[in-house]
Amino acid sequence: MSNSSNSPLLEVKNLNVFYGSIHALKGISFHVNKGEVVSLIGANGAGKTTTLRAISGIAEAQGEIRFKGNLLNPIPAHDRVSLGLAQSPEGRGVFAQMSVYENLEMGAYFRSDRAEILKDIEMSFQLFPRLKERAKQLSGTLSGGEQQMLAICRALMARPDLLLLDEPSLGLAPKIVAQIFEIILDLNKKGMTVLLVEQNAKMALKSSHRAYVIETGLVTMEGRGQDLLNDDNVRRSYLGA
Amino acid sequence: MNSPGQDFIQHLINGISLGSIYALIALGYTMVYGILQLINFAHSDVYMVGAFAAYFAAKLLGLNNSPGIATLAILLIASMVACSVLGLAIERFAYRPLRKAPKLNILITAIGVSLLLQFSCQIFFGADPKVFPNVIEDGVLTEVFGVPLKMNDVSVLAVTLVAMLSLHFLIYHTKLGRAMRAVSQNRTVASLMGVNPDRIISFTFIVGSSLAGIGSVLVGMKYPKIDPLMGLMIGMKAFVAAVLGGIGNIMGAVLGGLLMGLSEQMVVGYLSSTYRDALAFGILIVILIFKPSGLLGKGGVEKV
Repeated sequence: MSNSSNSPLLEVKNLNVFYGSIHALKGISFHVNKGEVVSLIGANGAGKTTTLRAISGIAEAQGEIRFKGNLLNPIPAHDRVSLGLAQSPEGRGVFAQMSVYENLEMGAYFRSDRAEILKDIEMSFQLFPRLKERAKQLSGTLSGGEQQMLAICRALMARPDLLLLDEPSLGLAPKIVAQIFEIILDLNKKGMTVLLVEQNAKMALKSSHRAYVIETGLVTMEGRGQDLLNDDNVRRSYLGA
Repeated sequence: MNSPGQDFIQHLINGISLGSIYALIALGYTMVYGILQLINFAHSDVYMVGAFAAYFAAKLLGLNNSPGIATLAILLIASMVACSVLGLAIERFAYRPLRKAPKLNILITAIGVSLLLQFSCQIFFGADPKVFPNVIEDGVLTEVFGVPLKMNDVSVLAVTLVAMLSLHFLIYHTKLGRAMRAVSQNRTVASLMGVNPDRIISFTFIVGSSLAGIGSVLVGMKYPKIDPLMGLMIGMKAFVAAVLGGIGNIMGAVLGGLLMGLSEQMVVGYLSSTYRDALAFGILIVILIFKPSGLLGKGGVEKV
């Protein structure tokens, strides 16, 4: 089934999602190559989160989603993570009544290599020492930034080939946002492929190899991150310039 | 003649014994609520079926009059297996098809399943009470401050203690338990981690129903008459216990159950048994006025 090595890691073709009578995605197509950071930017309600939900399988979608060449559509959400697809969901979605440590363990739920899991938890703690300090604390008591760090680490616990991040900057102080983007770039340098959904277009475009602009369920523009950053339309609509 | 102190200890023992049975059944309500936000009204009838399963198992195996630990163990297993299968089937065929339907639809279905069980059991088993087998020789084991400690009460306490400790271990110290908690906190996110929510929900019904099965054998030991409507009152009280403790909260169910059992026995001992049932609901009303989310229920809003 697997395609040749130069085919994209993730390929989305003509993606359509309906929420009842609302046509949320109207045929979105894009791809992510191995080793890239790709971002989807757009206004609130444009369909960015829906796109991620369709990829991870928690929103019903029509169209074609291929990951490593394999068609994902018939595979239920809970069987997609073991294929190498992990998501840090909208609103962080930490298990509030569980400790930080248990949240990380949940991220490795489908794995059974106990020793390696412990190593990965240690790695999360190195990445964000704040999480180590709070390992035993209920994650619902963490600050927003800490919860975001936890959500990213929890996704990494799956040792994914593709990391899906939904609005990692939402509601966070600029300093924390910068720190989180630094980590994302760092992960990418170590070989992680990242698909990022962001309203913070400036931060996202600066950090991405390529980006797609989504408006009312359609891809209206695509290009290199740097090019979009300098594009007049993008500047006017999303960068407030 | 007993001294007032001895009377009190006697009521205390009775209350804890009854309360731990309420707690066992309350756990089933609270676990299912925690994971599906559904009041499983059929739970009390699963409990009733458990009592009949033990009754027929004893009949079939000729254990009607051979009390002992082995008989207790066999009847417990028979009842737990029957309840698990029934609970699993109810979830699979009545609730799962409605997973995406409004909550009210599932609630009405639960009431329907409850009635279906009550009345089909009346058809199959007859409406008259049946005598539950003699499970444990109810002798006096020892005396505590001059109060006889009966074998039945000790067995009830031992069995519930083992059941609750096992449950605690399962939920807080195993991977499966972690997945159960994850699904109850956020089903969608849990599925992103690779947890199959349907499988976890099924498992929750198995555990909750087994506990009801244990409860039914213990009740059969204490009050050896069973009939198809026996789940009504005890189910209602266990449900009240779950709400009292904070529905969805495991420790709350245990606390609520003990509180209900103790206060009921105290009322019987010091006031009049006429008021025993009124009291249960009185307590509920009073506690919910002052703490609407129950004693250990989540107060306040969760941070987002």
